[in-house]
Amino acid sequence: MEFNRRAFLGSAAATAGVLAAPMVRAQGKPRVVVIGGGAGGATAARYIAKDSAGAIDVTLVEPSRTYYTCYFSNLYLGGFRTMESLGHSYGTLAAAYGINVVHDWAIGVDRDAKTVTLAGGASLPYDRLILSPGIDFVDGAVEGWGVSAQNAMPHAYKAGSQTELLKAQVLAMPQGGTFAMVAPPNPYRCPPGPYERVSMVAHLLKQTNPTAKILIADPKESFSKQGLFEEGWNAHYAGMIERVGPDFGGAVVAVDPVAMTLSIDGVVNSVDVCNVIPAMKAGRIAEIAGITEGNWAPVNAADMSSKMDENIHVLGDAAAQGDMPKSGFSANSQAKVCANAVRGALTGSTIFPARFANTCWSLIAPNDGVKVGATYEATDEKIASVAGFVSATGESDEVRQATYQESIGWYDGIVSDMFS
Amino acid sequence: MRGRLLFTALMLTAGLARGETGGDPENGQRLFKQCSSCHQVGQGAVDRIGPHLNDIFDRAAGASEGFKYSQDMQHAAAGGLIWDYDTLDSFVENPRGLVSRTRMAFRGLPDEQDRVDLLAYLRQFSANPANIPDATPAAAFVEHDVAPEILAIVGDPAYGEYLSGECTSCHQINGAGDGIPAITNWPKDDFVTAMHAYKVGVRAHPVMQMMAGRLSDEEIASLAAYFESIQ
Repeated sequence: MEFNRRAFLGSAAATAGVLAAPMVRAQGKPRVVVIGGGAGGATAARYIAKDSAGAIDVTLVEPSRTYYTCYFSNLYLGGFRTMESLGHSYGTLAAAYGINVVHDWAIGVDRDAKTVTLAGGASLPYDRLILSPGIDFVDGAVEGWGVSAQNAMPHAYKAGSQTELLKAQVLAMPQGGTFAMVAPPNPYRCPPGPYERVSMVAHLLKQTNPTAKILIADPKESFSKQGLFEEGWNAHYAGMIERVGPDFGGAVVAVDPVAMTLSIDGVVNSVDVCNVIPAMKAGRIAEIAGITEGNWAPVNAADMSSKMDENIHVLGDAAAQGDMPKSGFSANSQAKVCANAVRGALTGSTIFPARFANTCWSLIAPNDGVKVGATYEATDEKIASVAGFVSATGESDEVRQATYQESIGWYDGIVSDMFS
Repeated sequence: MRGRLLFTALMLTAGLARGETGGDPENGQRLFKQCSSCHQVGQGAVDRIGPHLNDIFDRAAGASEGFKYSQDMQHAAAGGLIWDYDTLDSFVENPRGLVSRTRMAFRGLPDEQDRVDLLAYLRQFSANPANIPDATPAAAFVEHDVAPEILAIVGDPAYGEYLSGECTSCHQINGAGDGIPAITNWPKDDFVTAMHAYKVGVRAHPVMQMMAGRLSDEEIASLAAYFESIQ
């Protein structure tokens, strides 16, 4: 009897185990956690959820309820866009695709247990983790500046309140005052961004404060679309903009956010606004996850997987991937390659070969738009460029206007590809 | 001569005061080249990327049978929009002003005389399509010829859907578009022809030349199959 009972219990347990298996499997759909809801993360979450049609459980962790795009935030400074027009919510991702959108900070990654810890205390298990955390700033990159000084000297390199603050400061400048920018060293988010910003600030000042000056301290010998920007600055803002490159001490800078001074190679300049864009590194969670090397997270080009952990993928600005610029367009492009690969790994769907593209539009003045772009492929070592183009100097007004119109179309396109 | 007579006759019967201000259908024909990469008009004209424009005057909006109109155009049609001189003039001046999310990716003709001329040209193909003035034309502007064997390639829509990720960073999948045109619901052959025209540099846009430049014939066919299939 004892024996029989034990045997019965044993077989019951075994049967229960067999019966439970499909249920566990049904509940245990493969889990993808995406950290960061920008061009990389939102796109990856949307494509995985959409294309797997419920076969993969997708959680998107993003602290902000409204995401303000960094791209086009310079156009807000210039008065071409409202801040509201740059804001996007995650409502459709949750409602239309069933993505579990969690507004919280990711503060830990346990790569052995495959869990993500949130600031609110929750723990999220994953089969694949996608990190798209954007950028943070390198401590001590600009002498005298730290994030505690970001109200006196805004970086405005994460869009939102910082951008609004910078614009308010520009509008409050005394007549004939000086707007200073400390430009970042390579590599950094949005290579033409600082110079488009200079253009937009110049456009604003031309109307409100035409005797004002713009002073750029730049550690780089050259920069993206340089010929196009310099041509435009001469045409639209003659005599307003001075750039100090590394030959004249542009890399040797210090700021005093209390005295409002910018020192370039020991020469102290009193300034009215100082936009400090420090050296950048991958968003902090990449470092916490232990997948960075130097400032960035190295990845395999074929699927954007971390070179240090095959279950983690890194997208966008945070990734060290090779030749692509750090841009929203690049992150969006990488996200689709990654989504296809992750879906294939978790559900067996077809994995197509990686291919990438990027185009960056910049606005120099009203209806004076320029662009640069390239296509890329995955090699064993890196994402390698295939072909590219850049707007030419001396283009007609019609071409420049069409380029600007096209950039507006692109903006609508990419945010639709991320959020709709 | 025959065309001119027909034109005059139409003007008399239609009694359109504005037409009498002197629309020049020959200039209209030149202006129509901008339209003809999407629209056909004349004998044998059929729907392509846009609907054919024979008998467009007094036609109800959204009425070319079998053509997939945008939702907004369907709404406008349901609301009773009729293409008469005034509504056509307003649509050609600013398409999205009249039908906000039309798939017609055309910025509009701001110049009033241009519109008068263009509508004078189009009017020749209305009211009596059996008497279309030119025997040959179908007015389609052939910009590029693609070999029949390339057009015959059957693409894989699943591969096309993956490849479309390269398109949807700019072109909206819902068919909306301003500054960057919509590319959904194009007839497959038109899509393939346009992409090959970019690939070989006949069409002049640098981004599109770059994107099309590395697509194989099979990849273009796959994209065409996908974009034709989605709603």
